[in-house]
Amino acid sequence: MEKDKNSAGIVETKFFQINEKIELESGIKFGPIQVAYETYGKLNTAKDNAILLLHALTGDAHAAGYHSTDDKKPGWWDDMVGPGKAFDTNKYFVISSNMLGGCSGTTGPCSINPDTGKPYGLSFPVITIGDTVKVQRKLVEHLGVKKLIVAGGSMGGMQALEWAIEQSDMVSACIVIASTGRLTAQGIAFNAVGRNAILSDPYFNNGNYYTEEKQPEQGLAIARMVGHITYLCEDAMHKKFGRRFQDKDKPNFDFNIDFEVESYLEHQGRTFVGRFDANSYLYITKAVDYFDAAGKYGSLENAFKQTNAKFLIMSFTSDWLFPTSQSKELVKALTKAGKDVSFCEIESPCGHDAFLLEFDTQTKIIKSFLAKERGLHEQPL
Amino acid sequence: MNNHYNESKGLHLNYSIITDIIEQNSKVLDLGCGEGTLLKMLYEQKSCTGVGIEIDQRNAIKSIEKGLSIIQGDLLEWLKNFSDNEYDYVILNQTLQSTEKPDKVIEEMIRVGKKAVVSFPNFGYWRVRFYLFFKGKMPKSNILPFEWFDTPNIHLLTVRDFFEFCQKRNIKILDSVYMKRAKAFKNFFTNTMTNLFTEEAIFVISK
Repeated sequence: MEKDKNSAGIVETKFFQINEKIELESGIKFGPIQVAYETYGKLNTAKDNAILLLHALTGDAHAAGYHSTDDKKPGWWDDMVGPGKAFDTNKYFVISSNMLGGCSGTTGPCSINPDTGKPYGLSFPVITIGDTVKVQRKLVEHLGVKKLIVAGGSMGGMQALEWAIEQSDMVSACIVIASTGRLTAQGIAFNAVGRNAILSDPYFNNGNYYTEEKQPEQGLAIARMVGHITYLCEDAMHKKFGRRFQDKDKPNFDFNIDFEVESYLEHQGRTFVGRFDANSYLYITKAVDYFDAAGKYGSLENAFKQTNAKFLIMSFTSDWLFPTSQSKELVKALTKAGKDVSFCEIESPCGHDAFLLEFDTQTKIIKSFLAKERGLHEQPL
Repeated sequence: MNNHYNESKGLHLNYSIITDIIEQNSKVLDLGCGEGTLLKMLYEQKSCTGVGIEIDQRNAIKSIEKGLSIIQGDLLEWLKNFSDNEYDYVILNQTLQSTEKPDKVIEEMIRVGKKAVVSFPNFGYWRVRFYLFFKGKMPKSNILPFEWFDTPNIHLLTVRDFFEFCQKRNIKILDSVYMKRAKAFKNFFTNTMTNLFTEEAIFVISK
């Protein structure tokens, strides 16, 4: 743990049990559900100073701070969450939870099905962004929250949009970063490659690999490699690796790792399998593919008529996975629906990953959006 | 982009004239809204709703901080995104002369807005003419503070140019206010005299 006076400090992952069954978008009634979550800061007496952070594809509940004094790495959005930071824990009660279908404490395909005593595997129901938001709603109600601000990047931004549209009674503001109302065919295609890598791994065993000696590690690693290519951009990759060879100055003339970029991808794949479940990857990417904010309303503009939240949309110049043009679609629909929306495109060479890296400009923009002039709750604690 | 002259008497007058022009509860689009001072006045004094477009991110952040709805981006690109008559007023304050395609901008403004408010420094002002005539150099003043090589004002125009432009394109001029040395006056001169004595002009136009 590094010394940082603006750190959220030592934090703890807690668990919340939903014992009744929840009706999923597919029509299946599913339960019980455990939700892993963390909170930072204090809920005020009006119970309206909450910010719900929504993680991206492979995130978890641990958004900020450290789990112990010898913890080396802080939470995934630590640069943005803490006293005086963009999501200021001196002012706000910040909540972060692992999504339904995940593998970091919230019920997902690797959880034990109480009816069989075995992990769900592929008997876990197919979930949607809407389903995961329903579960989050149960959590925030349990925590006593009356009104909240929702914020997330990438898939987290999709959840934020879903909150604003489908749970509009609770949402005062919605911050959507490097995200979209729906994935393009190209985005779905990359997810499909990732899923195929997992499904065709010889050790996948139709999702029942939890008790086996061998796991579908190769498939999951390849899925992560493909993902990582889409999170960077040509320029960033070239600057980082160029055509340099890994630990040598000439090629091997074989099919082992030659280039630095190969070594990087291999490393990303390998470390990922240690912390993520292949089945979760299937379920969550599917939820992302299915998401369409316009969905049942026919158009984004009609969808946004459901909400009175104030919106902040942000995109990054070099992000080609969730390009600025998709953020602009959201802004266009919001202005047409007559909603309060602000939009900034941030100059960055970091590709889609920028939302986890470019915290300086993001902080300035989020702070200005949350300024008291917008009339969002900054009631005394 | 409202960087043509700093918070001065003239600018305050310009803001209050435009605030007077805009009707209560209007939905407004402020193009090149800078730090959002005018838009904030419209929100507060005229209960307006609406959006500001600003290309500079630092200015956009300052505007967002005022509680305003701000889109960071190119004004012509965003104008094209809006529907016909989506706004009661589209405002282009002190920015026309620095747009790349002023004709397209005005066309789009009167398409997107039921009415449009346009203001610009008048290059036909007598002091500007004298500056060029006697010094033989590109005119500089409080309202035109830049050197020729770094000015954002790439399409300077005169009041007469604007009249001609509107006439040729059948654009209606609904109202006009002329300013000189931080004082406003209505058009009681002949057109030639107006062009000569106006430092800055504000027009309300429509299709």
